Amino acid sequence: MKKVITGNHAVSYGALLSRVEVIAAYPITPQTQVVELLSEFCAEGKLKAKFVKVESEHSAMATCIGASAAGARAFTATSAQGLALMHELLHWAAGGRLPIVLANINRAMAPGWSIWTDQNDSLSQRDTGWMQIYCESNQEVLDSVIQGYKIAEQVYIPLMLVLDAFVLSHTSEIVDIPSQEQVDRYLPPFKPKYKLDVNDPHAFGGLLGPDHYMEIRYLLQKDMERAMEITKKADIEFKEIFGRSYGVIEAYKCEDAEIIMVTSGTVTSTARTVIDKLRERDKRVGLLKIRMFRPFPSKDIKNVLLKAKKVLVVDRNISYGLGGIFFEEIKSVLYYEDKHIPIFGFITGLGGRDVTPNILEEMIEYVETHDKPEEPILWKGVKL
Amino acid sequence: MIEIRFHGRGGQGTVIASEILAEALAIEGNYVQVFPQFGVERRGAPVTAFLRIDNKPIYLRCSIYTPDHIVVLDPVLIETIGITEGLKKGGWIIINSFKNPEDFKNFSDFKVATVDASSIAIKYNLGSRIAPIVNTAILGAFAKVTGMTKLETIERAMKDYIPINLEGNIKAAREAYKEVKMG
Repeated sequence: MKKVITGNHAVSYGALLSRVEVIAAYPITPQTQVVELLSEFCAEGKLKAKFVKVESEHSAMATCIGASAAGARAFTATSAQGLALMHELLHWAAGGRLPIVLANINRAMAPGWSIWTDQNDSLSQRDTGWMQIYCESNQEVLDSVIQGYKIAEQVYIPLMLVLDAFVLSHTSEIVDIPSQEQVDRYLPPFKPKYKLDVNDPHAFGGLLGPDHYMEIRYLLQKDMERAMEITKKADIEFKEIFGRSYGVIEAYKCEDAEIIMVTSGTVTSTARTVIDKLRERDKRVGLLKIRMFRPFPSKDIKNVLLKAKKVLVVDRNISYGLGGIFFEEIKSVLYYEDKHIPIFGFITGLGGRDVTPNILEEMIEYVETHDKPEEPILWKGVKL
Repeated sequence: MIEIRFHGRGGQGTVIASEILAEALAIEGNYVQVFPQFGVERRGAPVTAFLRIDNKPIYLRCSIYTPDHIVVLDPVLIETIGITEGLKKGGWIIINSFKNPEDFKNFSDFKVATVDASSIAIKYNLGSRIAPIVNTAILGAFAKVTGMTKLETIERAMKDYIPINLEGNIKAAREAYKEVKMG
């Protein structure tokens, strides 16, 4: 059924169709509508889930951890400061190998107080052991919730899907909402290998001495590596049922591209229009969308970028004291290659500053006219 | 691609108007993208909403700077903010006003249409006398002026968005469709 809905409601429908069993969330702009609609679904009896109102995001994640450990499919959504408050428990969820799905609406961190988009909230959680998927459209948001459980429950690693504040969360567009029957065919009920069970008592998260801790972490990394293939397989199976797929990356018009622009989130969408326009002028430019950030699709990225003469990375985030986070990761992917490719790292759009086609076009113009970047960080749109 | 900007005040139903119109255009087979001015909305404060329409998928995800048409739900805004900013020459300005289009002399680069949506809304008990909800009436005028969507499709699209007095809203849209004056 096609409907004009916001990105926030696309999240809610994704959770509804995934038949989540426990929802625990605390409201925060711009996430609030996600749980508002879910609470309506629960009140109407459309969704047979336990909706737990909590006093903080820390408690929201704690509730999800408890629910998931007891064998329930758990869901939450948050944003910025709320995600930051969950930080300790994000480690608990991943270390506990609990396949929770969380929707994070990308919102800039305070201060200065902001409700607008950038990626620093989710990227600050990079090393918690969660998988991360960055979405470009409301359809991809809905589909990624469903795919999220399919992936997470196979590798026992929680998954965070990320959508830009307002640019998706409060923007309505046409979304094809799949039928419950289709989703049931794709996503089986959650039947964990181990769970809290009074009839079969186990302890979870106990003391782990130096003799054992490292192996547990090694296994988490190994399963993260396995998650890459499982994600690809889940995406192919998704296409068979729903007719849509996204990949872990997407190379757009990259076949003969001399310059490749790397993006994530909704900047990708606007960048498509820029690439199309420049292609009409016979410019050999392409676009690489990074959808999956953890695990990082290093091999896939390398295969695309090695064909280019120059690469530019657009970051809507910053690691203070170093630079754009995607930029740094892309550089490390290409380090062992014999071919040296100049990489340009642009930072733009922080705190919801609009990223227009002009801004992206100017970045490409800069790359065309420079052999290498003049600065380690190329700022775009700073008014100082 | 056609881009439309809505100007209103918190409480008039500006954002809902943009969403109902998007739904109607989608029903008629168009691709749509609709969003409010990104920020915090308050009753009585100026509200802006944006709508993109195309016959192919819309990838542009930035604000709208040069709209093709403008819809003004509160005529007082004309005196307080630059409502025509970026408006393309020859574009429609559809204003909720009891005045005639030719009374708006500053808009000679554009086409003006007026409809007394406030009186129509009050007549059908939409909102209060002091703060009528004019969004459905203005959509009726929009359908007539631009011809971009049928009035019946707007009525159909309203059903998901109007929790009470749907009948009154439909009548308001129909009356505005009939009464709108085009300059």
